[in-house]
Amino acid sequence: MEEVKETREVVLPGEFIGEKKGRKVGRGAYFEGEKVFSKFLGIPRTSEMEISVIPLSGIYLPNFGDKIIAIIESVELSGWFVNINSPYNAFLPLAEAVEEFVDTSRTDISRYFDVGDVIFCRISRVTKNKTVQASMNDVGCRKLYGGIIIKVTPSKIPRIIGKAGSMVTLIKSKTGCDIYTGQNGLVWIRGENKAKAIEAILTIEKESHTVGLTEKIEKMLGE
Amino acid sequence: MGEKMEGQYALELIMKGKRVDERNFEDFREIKIEKNIISKAEGSARVKIGETEVIVGVKLNTGEPFSDTPEEGVLIVNAEFTPLASPDFESGPPGEDAVELARIVDRGIRESKCIEVGKLCIVPEEKVWMVFVDIHIINDQGNLLDAAALAAIVALLNTKIPKIKDEEIVRGEYEKDLPVVFKPINIVVGKVGNNFLVDPNFEEEKILDAKLSVSVRDDDKICALQKQGKNEVSMEDLEKMVDIAMKKSKEMRKLVK
Amino acid sequence: MTKTEEKMIVNGKRIDGRKPDELRKIEMKVGVISRATGSAHVSFGNTVALASVHGPRELFPRWMQESESGIFRCRYNMAPFSVEDRKSPAPDRRSVELSKVIRLAIEPALFLEEFPKATIDAFVEVIQADGSTRVAGINATSLALAHAGIPMKDLIVACSVGKIDGTLIVDLNGKEDNNSECDMAVAMMPRKEKITLLQMDGVITRKEFSELLNLAKENCKKIYELQKKALKEKFG
Repeated sequence: MEEVKETREVVLPGEFIGEKKGRKVGRGAYFEGEKVFSKFLGIPRTSEMEISVIPLSGIYLPNFGDKIIAIIESVELSGWFVNINSPYNAFLPLAEAVEEFVDTSRTDISRYFDVGDVIFCRISRVTKNKTVQASMNDVGCRKLYGGIIIKVTPSKIPRIIGKAGSMVTLIKSKTGCDIYTGQNGLVWIRGENKAKAIEAILTIEKESHTVGLTEKIEKMLGE
Repeated sequence: MGEKMEGQYALELIMKGKRVDERNFEDFREIKIEKNIISKAEGSARVKIGETEVIVGVKLNTGEPFSDTPEEGVLIVNAEFTPLASPDFESGPPGEDAVELARIVDRGIRESKCIEVGKLCIVPEEKVWMVFVDIHIINDQGNLLDAAALAAIVALLNTKIPKIKDEEIVRGEYEKDLPVVFKPINIVVGKVGNNFLVDPNFEEEKILDAKLSVSVRDDDKICALQKQGKNEVSMEDLEKMVDIAMKKSKEMRKLVK
Repeated sequence: MTKTEEKMIVNGKRIDGRKPDELRKIEMKVGVISRATGSAHVSFGNTVALASVHGPRELFPRWMQESESGIFRCRYNMAPFSVEDRKSPAPDRRSVELSKVIRLAIEPALFLEEFPKATIDAFVEVIQADGSTRVAGINATSLALAHAGIPMKDLIVACSVGKIDGTLIVDLNGKEDNNSECDMAVAMMPRKEKITLLQMDGVITRKEFSELLNLAKENCKKIYELQKKALKEKFG
């Protein structure tokens, strides 16, 4: 696994973060000649292959492959428009959501997903002018029943998940809740102890870049 | 035509060192000035720069001075971008471009102190002459600002103060000229690539990388500056643009009587 | 505010005790309005400006949407109680012009092409006015945008310079603004020293213009360090 360096030092928009050296200039960074600069107030991430910046704040902009939590907004003839917590919403085509053949002239597809339903799905397409398509054709994609949704800063989601899922697993096991985290900043939680889980998640969001956070969360959930 | 299409041809030409109407970068289009064209106004002028046409009317009224300048006349500049002048102008109160233009012309006149406002007092603290400069855009083929500023100063230079008889203004009978002691000239300088140009026409305005408006007085003092346009500009370029504006202002001033 | 007969510079000191090239006490705080995506509070002496940013968000009405890039909208407003003689709450011509000028001062720094069909809305409220209000507003807006996580090429820094009693000065207060021979507002992207706002009125020579421009640049650099501190403090 390539080594990715993430310092705790915050950079400003326009601040110099490194030389290009043949690397990909990823999200949150831009380059002029050989010099790479940050677009965000955030944490620079450098590896041998890529140089990018994780913003400390900001809304969710959809990217191909993102796994997200979405809410059905409207039922159309051959699919659904879904709210993905972004200024752009996504379209979930019928064929991407339901395996069996459906005769749309005779079937009201709200029997599969109706307005207000929550799903865990994948962004399958984003065009240049931000027309977005979602799909349920992937491992783990499903309708989520019951539970509640909270919003966090999208760029904090990786910290909430933790290395190899360690943090979210910790919360799930200590609270007994079911939790799904969407890269779009939405987190779905179901269980009796959800208040505790939510408290933990919001603490991680607030103190994501402090040292000793894992211990603090362990302690918080341990009681 | 979409916004992005307009000006494409002008841009191509400029990059080759030419302009659509075969002008040099430092040439103005043909300038035509007419004075005293509006009989009911105390002063007026029509200026055409190429096909861009602006009429300025100056009306004088009496009124109360501002409390902090009790013995000075008052200057008010307004601009109307009337829909007749361009499909891009809408009816209604002045939009931000009209407000900006009026305020830039105002500052050129006001900061240059070209009108001796101290001589416009009728009764201290009670009654002074109010000078209303109204800019009416008749046709927008680019560079409205220079045309408006030019028309304004010409109109002011030809403005006469009406007589007052028994506390009433007698329109049509004049006492003396409006005391104007300087001729501030406004020059807009644009930048496209590495080229600096003056008097951008309608298409050229759409593709300028940078735009600076400079108002210069007879004694080469700079009275007002306003950077316009969407892009950033280097300090070095600003200095070059100021130099060009100062040079052109001298030439332009020769036309003003 | 009224013009005054008194000398504005006595024994090398300005009416508030400052040296000609001295900035007022500047305070900057980020994240002051919780309902906004981003927000900031900036004060230069007694001039206080608040800025808040909402977005990027979907732009309505739809016909205003640009399919290839987002738009940036800005509204500058002065609160009625911000000045000595109460100002009517209705937008006046100065506010209309400054809204445009501030928008153009900031736009060059934004990556609007990353938000097609969306809008980023910035609101500047001057709650106390004592000179250099547009400058305080621009500094606050720049901080609010960074706080909101809007991608930018650089921060935008602004400062005011001018000439009074023949001396070149920095950061004009209200009284100085009304009695100066020249007052000039400059905004720039500090890394490449590119100017995004320049407004001057007064009477100056060509040489004085160059001197003022450089004076503005030097002070913008100082103000940039303060912006940096305010942002890093919030998150560091």
